[in-house]
Amino acid sequence: MAKSLISIHDFSKEEILHILEVAREFEQNKSQTFLSDKVIACIFFEPSTRTRLSFETASNRLGARVIGFPDAGNTSVRKGESLKDTIKMVSNYADLIVMRHPLEGSARYASEVASVPVINAGDGANQHPTQTLLDLYSILQTQGTLENLTINMVGDLKYGRTVHSLLQAMSHFSPSFIFTAPEELKMPEEYKNFLSQKEIPYSETLDLNEHLKTTDILYMTRVQQERFTDPMEYERVKDTYRLTARLLEGVRDNMKVLHPLPRLTEIANDVDETPYAYYFKQAENGVYVRMAIIAYLLGKR
Amino acid sequence: MENREKEVLKVSAIKNGTVLDHIPSEQLFRVIDILRLNLSTTPITFGMNLDSKSLKSKAIIKISDRFFEDDEINRIALIAPNASMNIIRNFEVIEKRVLSIPETITGIVRCINPVCVTNHQEIETKFHTYEKDGKIELHCHYCEKTTGLKNLKIITNDR
Repeated sequence: MAKSLISIHDFSKEEILHILEVAREFEQNKSQTFLSDKVIACIFFEPSTRTRLSFETASNRLGARVIGFPDAGNTSVRKGESLKDTIKMVSNYADLIVMRHPLEGSARYASEVASVPVINAGDGANQHPTQTLLDLYSILQTQGTLENLTINMVGDLKYGRTVHSLLQAMSHFSPSFIFTAPEELKMPEEYKNFLSQKEIPYSETLDLNEHLKTTDILYMTRVQQERFTDPMEYERVKDTYRLTARLLEGVRDNMKVLHPLPRLTEIANDVDETPYAYYFKQAENGVYVRMAIIAYLLGKR
Repeated sequence: MENREKEVLKVSAIKNGTVLDHIPSEQLFRVIDILRLNLSTTPITFGMNLDSKSLKSKAIIKISDRFFEDDEINRIALIAPNASMNIIRNFEVIEKRVLSIPETITGIVRCINPVCVTNHQEIETKFHTYEKDGKIELHCHYCEKTTGLKNLKIITNDR
């Protein structure tokens, strides 16, 4: 079975650091067309414009040709083709598959069926490991290190898969965590137990102001409406936090605000002009990190 | 007590085969399902709601002329962790085995997660077992969610 990236647990600490180093190389030299003999399939069974464009840009910058579809609408999936058959077919055409799918576990299954590497570009609410790696890269680039940082996660810590994966990936680098969330969206017990087992300190608060001045990375998240079964609950919590430029007065000089985007009301537009805003650069970093992952899985880095 | 249990064994003694004892009564039919005993062609006797020292009420299964591999029989450890297996040859118990829960479980249990790929595509389920606070938990190999023993849904043969 070809080496794939399905879950952040698939990469060791050494592999993570290797990817980040290669990403840095690509950021310095953005077009390296050594994959000009390769075809990369970007198959998106549910739409995600940002992620897809990022992967397609990464593929193009490496010189590879891209095939695929942006949603399942006009494909044989609508005729009832099984995931297995689609993957079997695509792995005969392409050298690597990038897949997004609404069902959880679909990417792991695809990697077992495919004869080529598979990159998980999101399987439902389960995993989205390239997002985690680009978050790590953004932290490394802004702080100069991944070690001993204070990470303040804000917003939906209950359903947000990005915060869960980032928490697990950061656990390699002796961090401290602050969890800022409303009662309904607190960090689940299983992740807090995970930290306790690894003796990683964390504290919880309802108040965004409380730890702002001792934070190195402020990781903001959107409250995702689609995760709520109760619309009243969503209405209650959706506007709990709103970061403004004024709130950022007196924070650490090195502090950066990250957000997986798209944002709603949780970050005011006036934050964009402060030196702390990093979320657009973070999205750009996604291209370099995805270039690094593709090159690594194809054995070129 | 001791005598009564012997009595039960005597009544339906088998010459050669396997006796599964100390199955919780309420799990008898699930055990039959998992081992596909409904498809068996050899004589089988079942008893349930029998007195038991260790269980509230136990069930027992005696299967003539059939012997199980460890990984076959360990599949029932999920729902009958204290069950024992006696191998009978010529009316004598020649071996007693205690079950243990396998590290990986394939194809018996349904994943509790409604949006898990295994609940939508024709894929054999697969779980890794973990012990947490003395309880067994199943982690889905695909969607990475945890299914507790309380919520166990057994995949039946006649779906």
